[in-house]
Amino acid sequence: MTKGIAGIGEDYKYGFKTPEKYVFKSKKGLSKEVVEEISHLKGEPEWMRKFRLKSLEIFLKKPMPWWGGDLSGVNFDDIYYFIRPSDKQGRTWDEVPKEIRDTFDKLGIPEAERKFLAGVGAQYESEAVYHNLKEEWKKKGVIFLDTDTALKEYPDIFKEHFSTVVPPADNKFAALNSAVWSGGSFIYVPEGVHIEIPLQAYFRINAQNMGQFERSLIIAEPGSFVHYVEGCTAPIYSTNSLHTAVVEIIIKKGARLRYTTIQNWSKNVYNLVTKRAVAYEDATMEWVDGNLGSKVTMKYPAVFMHGRGAKADILSLTIAGKGQNQDVGGKVIHMAPHTSSNIISKSISQNGGRSSYRGLVKVLKGCHGVKSNVKCDAMILDDKSRSDTYPYMDIDEKKVSIGHEATVSRVTDEQLFYLMNRGLSESEAAAMVVSGFIEPIVKELPMEYAVEMNRLIQLQMEGAVG
Amino acid sequence: MNNKSLKIDDLQASISGKKILKGVSLNIKKGEVHAIMGPNGSGKSTLAYTLMGHPSYKIEDGSLLLNDENINMLSPDERAKRGLFLAFQYPVAIPGVTVMNFLRNIYNKKIALANGGKPVSIFQFNTLLKERMGFLKMEESFAKRYVNEGFSGGEKKRLEILQLEILNPDLAVLDEPDSGLDIDALKVVSEGVNRAIEKGVGVIMVTHYARILNYVKPNFVHVFIDGRVVKSGGPELAKELEDKGYDWLKGKVNSKH
Repeated sequence: MTKGIAGIGEDYKYGFKTPEKYVFKSKKGLSKEVVEEISHLKGEPEWMRKFRLKSLEIFLKKPMPWWGGDLSGVNFDDIYYFIRPSDKQGRTWDEVPKEIRDTFDKLGIPEAERKFLAGVGAQYESEAVYHNLKEEWKKKGVIFLDTDTALKEYPDIFKEHFSTVVPPADNKFAALNSAVWSGGSFIYVPEGVHIEIPLQAYFRINAQNMGQFERSLIIAEPGSFVHYVEGCTAPIYSTNSLHTAVVEIIIKKGARLRYTTIQNWSKNVYNLVTKRAVAYEDATMEWVDGNLGSKVTMKYPAVFMHGRGAKADILSLTIAGKGQNQDVGGKVIHMAPHTSSNIISKSISQNGGRSSYRGLVKVLKGCHGVKSNVKCDAMILDDKSRSDTYPYMDIDEKKVSIGHEATVSRVTDEQLFYLMNRGLSESEAAAMVVSGFIEPIVKELPMEYAVEMNRLIQLQMEGAVG
Repeated sequence: MNNKSLKIDDLQASISGKKILKGVSLNIKKGEVHAIMGPNGSGKSTLAYTLMGHPSYKIEDGSLLLNDENINMLSPDERAKRGLFLAFQYPVAIPGVTVMNFLRNIYNKKIALANGGKPVSIFQFNTLLKERMGFLKMEESFAKRYVNEGFSGGEKKRLEILQLEILNPDLAVLDEPDSGLDIDALKVVSEGVNRAIEKGVGVIMVTHYARILNYVKPNFVHVFIDGRVVKSGGPELAKELEDKGYDWLKGKVNSKH
């Protein structure tokens, strides 16, 4: 009975596009001139221009990764590295250009805003066009800006933290981002400030052959709390697009930060992202990472636990359908005693899709009392699909507690029979089992995303059963 | 239709090419209780699964008529939509799906079917659920647990009966609803079955022991051996089986061969 279940993520509901209207579009391909031009157009300080050029050199020297997803379809010469959608940064909805507003309307953002969003930072193409931060947060000293503006308005905080978590030499794609980055979110939460409503940003690629290289930097001062949510959707194009982001997070003593991503890029996007947090004493970092879209995703959110008592939680949810390779996971580096980490990964592979969990647990010598637990659950819905687990462990300390558990499951005939007995169709029954499988992660999502996620799974189970 | 009924006519069924049901005929009307009793391995559960359309069980011959419609070829969900229900002996777990969400889902499906009705709100359903769970002496927290995951035998049986009461089918096949229950749980489950019967549900009660028949009074008792009904009678037959076991009837099967 299970053999016909396929099609999660097959229909892409955000496959619309609006006519391109740009103030500036760089030449295709990457060169020193393009990088200089980006820096010049942005009116950046000299140190950033030099940083970009140095990063470009590193990028050119580094080989492509030999592991993970198949990146042979990435052609660096066939990509626009910078597009500025309009010359003006919108602050209220009416100031946002009409085409862009239409795009957001189709994504249902204003509706979402009415319901939940207190502050919206949305990125369209390379720069944020719409920012709306609650007055009360401003009063508390919270900064929520696109990264370019933050560089201009808060140069000191910016320079102090930028690139301290992910240096350009970290990997080839971090180097690429460092050379051509544009946009992204900058968040600064002052000491002791708790932001109860999630900060949200939507990211969107709308030009063919355009890379998106946003760069985000979040700083949580001691004792603060913030939840940042990004959702990504992109229209379908016949040629490949590249999304290479870098996210750097610094969580100081006793602060807690949650970063939630729902990635739903169209099926021709290469999504190669470096996400990393450093957590100091008693700080907590939580990555909630959902990957539904893209052609190839390589993303392993990491937490470096620098301070005693720091905690890392990584929840990873992956759906790999036809033509998709989701190579995702998490990295936890225990650099201080009594730090703890917990990784839960849930993947669904169907219709020839391939998902891999790739993770690292590293404990440095002398870090006694470390606790780490990794749980990988894979659900494979048909014989064409594949799931792999690559759990790397590098433990240099004896007084630690490390656990690893992996399961593979299917939607069983007995489950389908049971549920169909209660009047559910085969596809509804399968969708219910699948939604149950991912529930431990979906329940951690903000309500609107959880609802959307379950609806997506239901829709895409429909008509998929032969 | 007023005369709800299930007619089983010379039903023969196999699993993996092995014939298990060798010609079963029964006629169950609205509100009637038919007990199917027999030793282990006699094909009682096969009958239950075949009635409900389990894909592994193949009907070789004979017919199933539900409210005068032949349902031989229908999938389990189509049979459910037409008013058939099976309470499982060993219900499977659906990890991650809460009892509450599961029940609301199947209830709304039923409502939508019944009269094109609008789904009930979460609030409305929870009120209904709370009441029904109260009848079965289930803790409120039960609704938040995942379906059959880590349930005790008794909890599983209660959830089956809870579904029976919520879905209110025309005809319910109860596959050993009493197995593994202590006496208090047995009473609670039996009360649930009786409430369903009062509402007009026809019941096929598959059971190994006569014990539950002290609480749920059958109209007919059928003894099932080697894939056939070898003897039918009234409630007194159950008593006789309790005293004498099944061995005296096994001779009857052999003599038929």
